[in-house]
Amino acid sequence: MYKYDTYDQAMVDARVEEFRDQVRRRIDGHITEDQFKPLRLMNGLYLQLHAYMLRVAVPYGTLSGAQMHALGDIADKYDRGYGHFTTRQNIQYNWIKLDEAPDILADLAKVEMHAIQTSGNCIRNTSSDQYAGAAADEVTDPRPYAELIRQWSTFHPEFCYLPRKFKIAVIASETDRAAMRLHDIGVQIVRGENGELGAAFYVGGGMGRTPMIAPLIKQFVPLDQFITYAEACLRVYNRHGRRDNKYKARIKILVHELGKEEYTRQVEAEFAQLLSQNIEPPLAELERIKAQFADPAFATDLSDQLDRSDPDFALWVDNNCVTHKTPGYIAVTISLKPIGGIPGDASADQMRLMAALAAQYSFDELRVTHAQNIVLAHVRKDQLYALWQALDEAGLGTANLDLVGDIIACPGLDYCSLANARSIPVAQKIGQRLAAKEQEIGELKLKISGCINACGHHHAGHIGILGVDRKGTENYQLLLGGCEGADTSLGQITGPGFDEDGIVDAVEKATELYLSTREGGERFLDTYRRIGMAPFKEALYG
Amino acid sequence: MAEVQFRFRDDEAVGDPGVTVDSFGAQSNAAAVRLEPGDEARDLLPHLARLRLIEINFPSFGDGRGYTAARVLREAGYTGELRAVGDVLVDQIGFMRRCGFDAFAPEVPLDPVDAQAALDRFADVYQPAADGRVPIWAKRHPEVQGG
Ligand code: HEM
Ligand code: SF4
Repeated sequence: MYKYDTYDQAMVDARVEEFRDQVRRRIDGHITEDQFKPLRLMNGLYLQLHAYMLRVAVPYGTLSGAQMHALGDIADKYDRGYGHFTTRQNIQYNWIKLDEAPDILADLAKVEMHAIQTSGNCIRNTSSDQYAGAAADEVTDPRPYAELIRQWSTFHPEFCYLPRKFKIAVIASETDRAAMRLHDIGVQIVRGENGELGAAFYVGGGMGRTPMIAPLIKQFVPLDQFITYAEACLRVYNRHGRRDNKYKARIKILVHELGKEEYTRQVEAEFAQLLSQNIEPPLAELERIKAQFADPAFATDLSDQLDRSDPDFALWVDNNCVTHKTPGYIAVTISLKPIGGIPGDASADQMRLMAALAAQYSFDELRVTHAQNIVLAHVRKDQLYALWQALDEAGLGTANLDLVGDIIACPGLDYCSLANARSIPVAQKIGQRLAAKEQEIGELKLKISGCINACGHHHAGHIGILGVDRKGTENYQLLLGGCEGADTSLGQITGPGFDEDGIVDAVEKATELYLSTREGGERFLDTYRRIGMAPFKEALYG
Repeated sequence: MAEVQFRFRDDEAVGDPGVTVDSFGAQSNAAAVRLEPGDEARDLLPHLARLRLIEINFPSFGDGRGYTAARVLREAGYTGELRAVGDVLVDQIGFMRRCGFDAFAPEVPLDPVDAQAALDRFADVYQPAADGRVPIWAKRHPEVQGG
């Protein structure tokens, strides 16, 4: 994985000092809260219901063992012994003190980490495929391109006061595991006609109150124009994105209002102008970064067999492990969704244990997934049983990847000042209610947001739940049929909302209808797409 | 009008305040113009040769259109004074310098020590902009021509 050189290190070190200085000026009263707000936001520091929340960037979701270990230590030292992994592959701490925030950044900088641009109206941390480097279907590892974007976007002088936040995802396989088309820019690294690599640009996706799927605006950008093209996309947005209404300020609205053709035309004009400005890093820089993402030293003589005699282990393998491109290896997802737990939470001890297990079993590398789980991407099959035992003992062996218990939930009203309703207790109750049936139900992606901002991706859930405020009480709308990935679709609302217990019942009813009507190997989503909304409405409200 | 607090050029400052883009079109001999966030910087390109001062107004620091306007003007070869006026704060002037501003007239004067610290903060930069600073990638690859 990517290692900082002295330039990268100097950059984060200087940032720590800058932020220390900004906090000092705020505490001294030299700057107002209004002036401080965008500064702390650009360092990932939010003021929440009970305390400050700090969001730490995990670039493209990849972490070393030492970095994960440090995240655990920070949870102990500055928080309450927990951290929360997010749908953007980052980690958040919910109980932070303002005067300690600079020290946290200093601790992070020691392990080549930071909180730069994890919030604010700037280019955020780039997300990617959690199986990058392991997936059998990728044309190349997407992470070097994401690292190139990380450097280009860090303190980009023109794009730190955009109309709104800006999120980029990079993938490199046909199967989209990063919800690429629900980002402001989604990049897919593809092969051109002569086998050379290039980038397809999708622009103007997003969730929030007006979810949109990004259209393809350029099929093939050569790699030696990659950053220049991104710069052109951003410049048109910075110049013309709406600033009169914060709910219409995302690039998806601009692309929608201008139309894809007109937006693309403006980008092409800007691109032509920028090509003369020599702003593109040389391919040698991409090669330098790529060398650091070279395959680890996989053993070549391993057996591809697994001893599946322990049924609990076999179940976990079937649910949580996927094929690796190298025989004898497998990619493992550690579920952070124990039955009745808080989705995405990990204790300091669990983080340190995962760090140690990564060092022992997976070339010292971990990934955070956008479904709020952790991946060990390169595990030897002959060591898988030992790994599973260690995980299981620490409460990390839940066998529910992509099942109904693998819920994505935002912090909701338990932490978030924008929330209309709680998300976490609903997730816990649904997990408990359906635990006994989840293997039978099979793949079912359930996603919960505590308000229309959609941090929990409810639009993209096979079942989505949206917390709304109904005359002062918490109420939940149910959505069906959302999906991210190659066949991205947005969920439709079933009808009137439910109270907290009612929504748990409603989810159960929907799964019962599915179980009684599914054909062949249909997943919940397939059955919904075949039979449509009407039978579900009938089951729910009839 | 606020005073120019920082100026990073040696030539004589233009005394007249910039006229609006609208009246600039008619006033064919004005040497100073003032851009608002919604104005199109490229409308000025035919007149760059006679312009000596372009003020770019930031009515609120969160509106970042002025950064693009500044870079567009520098990319088009404008070499006169580019002055940031309005809600210009210590923590933005580093970015503004990079986008080509070389004078600052903040509504509320900045603490000069803080301002200098902000301008000196980062020894290197990741991307080229309008200030001629050599990006880190070029330093990493001195062998690459033009890089
Ligand atoms: C608790 C503090 C949080 C606050 C105040 C917050 C605020 C917001 C707001 C206002 C939006 C809508 C922005 C827009 O559409 O323009 C948003 C979107 C989003 N947030 Fe959060 N959020 C919080 C936590 C989280 C967490 C914990 C996650 C991950 C689990 C997350 C992930 C996202 C995602 C994925 C989106 C959708 C992005 C899109 O619209 O394309 N947020 N958030
Ligand atoms: S979806 Fe709403 S409630 Fe949930 S974290 Fe985002 S802003 Fe808060």
